Amino acid sequence: MDKKKRFALQSLAVLLHNADLKGFFTGRISATPAKNVCVPGLNCYSCPAATGACPIGSLQSALGAYEFRFPYYVLGLLIFFGAVAGRFICGFLCPFGFLQDLLYKIPFFKKIKTFRGDRYLRLIKYIVLTVLVIVLPLCVKLTPFFCKYLCPSGTLAGILLAFSDTRLFDLFGSMFAWKACILGIILLAGIIIYRPFCKYLCPLGAFYSLFNRVSVFKMDVDKSACIGCSACAGTCKMGVNPSLNPNSLECIRCGECVNVCPCGALKYTTALNKKPAVKGERNSVE
Amino acid sequence: MKKLLTVALIIISAVLVAVGCMQGQPDSVFAKAATVCLECIGIG
Repeated sequence: MDKKKRFALQSLAVLLHNADLKGFFTGRISATPAKNVCVPGLNCYSCPAATGACPIGSLQSALGAYEFRFPYYVLGLLIFFGAVAGRFICGFLCPFGFLQDLLYKIPFFKKIKTFRGDRYLRLIKYIVLTVLVIVLPLCVKLTPFFCKYLCPSGTLAGILLAFSDTRLFDLFGSMFAWKACILGIILLAGIIIYRPFCKYLCPLGAFYSLFNRVSVFKMDVDKSACIGCSACAGTCKMGVNPSLNPNSLECIRCGECVNVCPCGALKYTTALNKKPAVKGERNSVE
Repeated sequence: MKKLLTVALIIISAVLVAVGCMQGQPDSVFAKAATVCLECIGIG
C-alpha cells in the first residue's frame, strides 16, 4: 500500500472517529447511540466531535466503578479488535497516531531513529497498561488514572472543547497545566522521534501488540525470496527488522517495508492464508 | 496452531461482548461517554 492510500485511510479513520462535527460549534459532546460502542483507536470521548467511546477510558471506568462488575463488554471489544487487526489499528486507524505521523513530517535538522535505552523505554507502555489502566483503577474507585494524569488525547479534547465553550478556560488549573505539559512534550518529541507516545506510553498500543503474532491481519516474509539487504529494517521508523520478525510487537503495519523491499519478500497477509512453502536458505546479496 | 488461537480469541471476544450486552454494560459505557469526562480534559 502506498503512502497516499495510507494517508487517505488515516484521514478517513479520524473523520469516522470524530464525525459529529456540530459539537465544535455547540460546545457539547456527542450523545448519539454510537457512544455505546468503543472505537478501536485512542480518541477521547470528551472530544466535541467524538462519535464513539474511548476503549481505555471505558475500561478504566468499568474497573473503577463502585459496584465492580467484570468488564466483559469493553474487554470483549478490545480482544476482538486485537485479534482481527493487532497494531494495524495503530498504523491506520488511530487518530492520535495519525497526529504524530503528521508531526514527524515537520522538517527538523536531526531526526532521532533510535538511542541508547530505547528498547527498555518501550516497556513503559506495558507498565502504563498494567498499573495506570488496570491495577490503580481497581484499587482506587472512580479514578481513571491514565486519563487523569497522562492521556494527551484527553488534554487535546479539553482544549478543543474549551474553544467551543470558553467558560471551560476558567476551570483549567494545575492538573490541566500538568497534562498540557505532557501533551506539549509529546507533540514536540513527535517532531524529532517517530510516534513517541505509541512507542513508549500508549496502553492501547501495548494491548494490541500482544495480538500482533496471532491477529488475522499480519505480515509475512518469504524467506526464499529475501536477499537479506536490510532495506526493510533501514526504512522502519518503529525500529523493527521485518525480515527477521515481521510480526514484532512494535510493528504498526505501516507497510513502508513492503514498499521498499526490492524482491517482494514482504507482504500483508491474513491468518487464513496458507503460508508459502520455504525452499532452501535465504538468498545471499551478491 | 496460531490459526486456532486466532479463531478462539475471536470466539471468546464475541462471547464476552454478548455477556456484557446481556448485563447492560453498553449502557454504562454510554453513560460515561456521553458526558464530559472532567478527569480526561484535565479539570477533575
